[in-house]
Amino acid sequence: MSLDHILTPRAYLTVFFMLLVLTAVTVYVAFIDFGAWSTPVAMAIAIIKATLVLLYFMHLRYSDGLTWLVIVSSFIMLVALVLITLGDVFTRTMTTAPPALGM
Amino acid sequence: MSDTLNGQSRLAHHFVDLQQQKSAATLGMWLFLATEVLFFGGLFVAYTLYKLKYYEAFVAGSHELSITLGCVNTAILITSSLTMALGVYGAQTGRKAFACNSLLATLALAGAFLVVKYFEWSAKFEHHLVPGPDFQFDVTHAAAVVANPELLRIEHVKMFFILYYIMTGLHGIHVVAGIGVIAWLYTQARKGVYSAEYYTPVELVGLYWHFVDIVWIFLFPLLYLLGRH
Repeated sequence: MSLDHILTPRAYLTVFFMLLVLTAVTVYVAFIDFGAWSTPVAMAIAIIKATLVLLYFMHLRYSDGLTWLVIVSSFIMLVALVLITLGDVFTRTMTTAPPALGM
Repeated sequence: MSDTLNGQSRLAHHFVDLQQQKSAATLGMWLFLATEVLFFGGLFVAYTLYKLKYYEAFVAGSHELSITLGCVNTAILITSSLTMALGVYGAQTGRKAFACNSLLATLALAGAFLVVKYFEWSAKFEHHLVPGPDFQFDVTHAAAVVANPELLRIEHVKMFFILYYIMTGLHGIHVVAGIGVIAWLYTQARKGVYSAEYYTPVELVGLYWHFVDIVWIFLFPLLYLLGRH
């Protein structure tokens, strides 16, 4: 564990320029027709950007396992929130009441 | 390791040393950010759900937003993340003036972000794009930008703008809160509170600020760049 790992300004600048380039890329690809893949492509680029911020600006790369555990858990909870909600809403069907049991 | 400032210990009695105290504080900050992920996560789920249901209306609504202003704000926020990271670096390496200037630059950029946001929102207000009794949206005009105009409903466009205001508004509140804590950090840094041995508050506010940046990294393509081809 090394909470005191110090990154150089040069490293921060490199990450900064990568983030700016990826922002330009996300705007550029938004004007290309990927059909149903448009949002996944945009989200993939956003995830790469977020990962760069997490690893370098937020020093996650040099953080201990406990920090990783918290982040990975919160990500899993988020995925569960999305998938379970969408799975529910998009599988709802109108049902008719079953007939009353006879006599 | 000097763990005192003006004779007062910065080490709380229930910690063994400053390193352990810092680990605990850092873990606490990450746990707070995990709750923030779910806080914003609920809104991202609502957005995804309605976007899938009312795709045409969301594309039409997205076309009302300015990509230029969105890009400018993205660049401003990414730059503010850089200056915040440099502020942490300055504190870590005991460069007081560098840390103070970086924090000041972060404050200026956060202010600039809100100014751009103000102009964006006031333009929307002028065009009656606020969900409510005065909401106005020209469906025929929007028909040109969507694939199936017959599916376009004004109520669904309202839903896009409801989510737009809540998501960017909640993010904006986080920026305002960030300005508050960074301003406090700046005054502390000016007083020489932080050093290479003790800079935990700078590091933790940095984590919060980068998180606010990450939220915007997701908001920008989802709100501004929908169905632009």
